[in-house]
Order: sequence, then structure tokens, then C-alpha cells
Amino acid sequence: MENGLDLEYIFNEFLKGLGLSSEIAHIIWLPLPMLLVLVSAVVGVLVTVWLERKISAAAQQRIGPEYAGALGVLQPIADGLKLLVKEDIIPAKADSILFTAGPILVLVPVILSWLIVPFGQNLLISNVGIGIFLWIALSSIQPIGLLMSGYASNNKYSLLGGLRAAAQSISYEIPLALSVLAIVLMTNSLSTIDIVNQQSGAGILSWNIWRQPIGFIIFWICALAECERLPFDLPEAEEELVAGYQTEYAGMKFALFYLGSYINLILSALLVSILYLGGWGFPIPVEIIAEFLNIPINAPLIQVLTASIGIVMTVLKAYLLVFIAILLRWTTPRVRIDQLLDLGWKFLLPISLANLLLTAGLKLAFPQFFGG
Amino acid sequence: MSIAVSTQLICFSLLSLVVIIGALGVVLLESIVYSAFLLCGVFLSVAGLYLLLNASFVAAAQVLVYVGAVNVLIIFAIMLVNKKEDLKPIENLNSRRIISTSICLTLLSLLIRVDISKVWVLASPNNSIGEEATYRIGEHLFSDYLLPFEVASVLLLMAMIGAIVLARRDVMNQDISTGLPVDQELIEKTKEPFLIKKN
Repeated sequence: MENGLDLEYIFNEFLKGLGLSSEIAHIIWLPLPMLLVLVSAVVGVLVTVWLERKISAAAQQRIGPEYAGALGVLQPIADGLKLLVKEDIIPAKADSILFTAGPILVLVPVILSWLIVPFGQNLLISNVGIGIFLWIALSSIQPIGLLMSGYASNNKYSLLGGLRAAAQSISYEIPLALSVLAIVLMTNSLSTIDIVNQQSGAGILSWNIWRQPIGFIIFWICALAECERLPFDLPEAEEELVAGYQTEYAGMKFALFYLGSYINLILSALLVSILYLGGWGFPIPVEIIAEFLNIPINAPLIQVLTASIGIVMTVLKAYLLVFIAILLRWTTPRVRIDQLLDLGWKFLLPISLANLLLTAGLKLAFPQFFGG
Repeated sequence: MSIAVSTQLICFSLLSLVVIIGALGVVLLESIVYSAFLLCGVFLSVAGLYLLLNASFVAAAQVLVYVGAVNVLIIFAIMLVNKKEDLKPIENLNSRRIISTSICLTLLSLLIRVDISKVWVLASPNNSIGEEATYRIGEHLFSDYLLPFEVASVLLLMAMIGAIVLARRDVMNQDISTGLPVDQELIEKTKEPFLIKKN
């Protein structure tokens, strides 16, 4: 923040130049980053839906969407429009208040979690001190929304789906939090900015994936389970439960679930890239390249350039992970609910505890490699 | 009044309103499911109050523990045993209600008296530690609050072992209330339909 571009300051000065007080300028500034993040989340969802359709088609030797726009890129927008104008149906014997509140309670915490996703040193909405802990806390609200919509639908499949979703997310939250804790132990901070900066020393070699390989795998498995993606999509297993808690939903309320699950997938991929793959860091540190080319790193043009490299790297890493998640979905079979809970409680939990203990021991033994 | 102060005031009044109305709803509503969901709202608003007090770590911990764990388990349990059966009418319901209301009001007046008689340290920019709080809580948990912290974990362990013993059919093979031998089959195999149609 010391030197370089500060968009908020420039924007506020511009509005003050127009004769507004600094407080009003601040109020006008506040919604802009939020709106930007909301838009980027929704665009991310559209891209992911298109990828999902195209990759699933390729996995099944089909062509996939091709008429709506070039290569069918407009297909997700057509899907969204269709859901938007569909009739909003609330079943006659459903509990209409809870039925409406459920999807909202699922979507809002996911979007709020974007608060802490950094795309660059200063490119995030708020560098809150509790950082990654905020995401863990917010993602624990989601099962309440799922239980609520499962109960309110007055349908046995919905109720079973909601119960499964809650059981699944409670069981996988613990190994997830423990593997994040190992990272926090190495960083000495909960802030996502500090976590990325701690990995930026030697480019690709200092990424956390080399220091936390077990944690990386545990986190990825748990993130897939939290997003209810195959092989862990038990709450909506269509052969057993029709569509789980979504069975009775139509129109925009269904679209909220749909949006929520895809935003959650992108968010998880972004967080994996922040926690384990160096966040916005280029495989070779940008500072070293700049020094090699004899360019001052704080010149405004170079700052814009490094910031764009940061955004591209974050998004690239995240979408690589999204691609893996989609491939997994279309190539792996679903596990049974008892296998899922066994995996969570009897395998991942002890392993992640052991990983935490190992990290603490290594931190004491080699403070220069594992954060002093 | 500056915009920051008035925003804080509006947030505080909204959150306190939700806490009070929600808590009354938890106690007074007939439907146990609504009570459980309202409890979630109350916990969330309390977390919001912590945020207003600059205690973001406590707020996140409140959400994680009370909303994400305790409340989800409560709702989970309610939904697993949600059989629509009529409860037996309780005798002397009105006199019971009067007694419990008076006890609650006495407790409330006690709390109000404590609130008035104690001189509180008010938060100000000089004495609030903000983001430092996380480190400070950690220091306290590993120094002067170590014993209560460890005792609490032993207590939780005891509760967990107790719950496992109660749930295992081969340990408790007699139903406590009826005295009949319990079904030794799988727990999932219920004799009645899982969800009976709503009237």
C-alpha cells in the first residue's frame, strides 16, 4: 500500500474534486468492489457451466452445445434465462417461508466468502485478520439452509437429501479445518495475503504443495465433498433420491442452488490455489524477472502488468483445478453413504491430525523451511 | 453524527431487535422446527454484535461452533425423530407457565441489577485490540486458562463416551421408559414410515 496505485484513493479524490464530502465519496466507493466480485463470481459460474457441458460431452464422445454462440459459449446464459422466466412453484403442502429462506441461506455465505479471496497483493475486498477462518465459519452455515429446504419441501427424498448433506458437510469440515490449520501453523497468520506471501520466496519451489502434500490431498477431497461434487454427490444421488433437497424446487429458487454449488466449486478451487499453489504468484517470482530486466517494480505501468499477471495466474490455477473436478465428476462412480462417512471419520480425520502433528514437529526441527 | 457512527447505531439496534424477538420466538413458538431455525438466527445476530465490538475472531468462532455445529446437530436430531404424534396434555399447564415466567422475570431483574450496579469498561480506540485479539486469546488459553480449557475437553469426552454407550444396543438392551427389550436390528430400520404426511 505504501507506494504505487491506490484506486480507492484516486476515486475518492476524483469525487471530492466534484464537490462531494469524503464520507459520501466513501459510501459511493464501498459497493463497487462488492459488485465487481459478485459479477466475477457469476461470470466464473457461466464459464464453469460451459466447461462442464463441453468436457462432459468430450468424455462421452458427444459434441455438446454448439448452436448458442461460437462453440456454444452462450449456452449457460440461455440456461440462466430459462430458469429466470420459469414459473416459481411452491408445493401446496410445503412450508412456504422455510422453502424460500433455504436457497438464500445456502447462497449468501458462499458469496460472502469471496471477501477473503485475493487476486493480488492489494486486490481483495478486505484483508480481514481472521481470513481463512472466516471461510471455514461461513461454510458451516450452509448445511442449515440445506436442512431447511429439505424439511420445508415436505417430501421424503428432500428430507433424506438434506440430512445427508448436513451429515456429509459436518464430517468433512473437520479434516478440512485441520489441514488449513497446518498451513496456518506454517504461516503464523490466518490472513490469506500472508499465506500467499509466505509461499512467494522462490517461485514454484516454495509453494505449499511441496511442504504439505498430504494436506493438499486431504483439502482437495474435503473441498469436493463440501461442494457435493461426484464422487461425493450423495445428497442429490439421482438413482436413490431423485434430486435430494432440490427435488421440489423450480425456477429461480432452483437456480439459486445451482449458482451456489458452482460458486462454491470455484471458491474451493481458488482457495486450493491460494493455500497450496502460491495464489497469484508466477512460477518464477515477478520481482526476480523485473530485477533481471532492470525495471523498477513500483512504476505504475509495471504495477498494472504484475497485477494482471497475478489475476491471470490465480484464475488459471483455479480453472485447472475446476477442470480436474469436472473430469473427476464424469469419470468416477459415486461412493455409498457409509463408505463416505467411513472415509471422513476413520481415514481423513486421523491422517489430518497426524499431518498437523508432523507439521508442528517439522516446524520445530526446520524453522527456516516450515515457517519460524 | 458521522456516517460511521449512525451505521453502527442502526446495525446495533437491528441486531438487538433480532436477538430479542428471535429468542422470544424460540421459547414461545409451538413448532419445534421453527424454534430451532430461529435459534440459528439468534446465534448469527450475537455473532454480528461481536463484530460490532471489534471481536472478529470471537464472532467467527461463534458462527462456527454455535451455528455450524450445535445448531446443525439440534436440527439434525429434530428431523431424525420428527414423528407427528400428539403429546399428552399436561396438567395445570397455566400454573406451570406462571411459575416459569416468574422465575425468568426474576433472573432478568437480577441481570439488569448487575448491569446497572457494575461500572463497565467501555470500548474505545485506546483500549480495543482488534486483530490482536486472536493472539491474546491463544496466550490466555495456554497460560492462565489452561486448566479450565483442558477440563472442558475432558467433560466433552465424557459426554461423547456417554452418548456412545447409550446409543449402542448391545450395552443398553432394555428400553428405559417401557422396560421392553430393544430392537437389536440396524438403527436405520424403523417400523413406521419415516415421514408421515402433513395435515
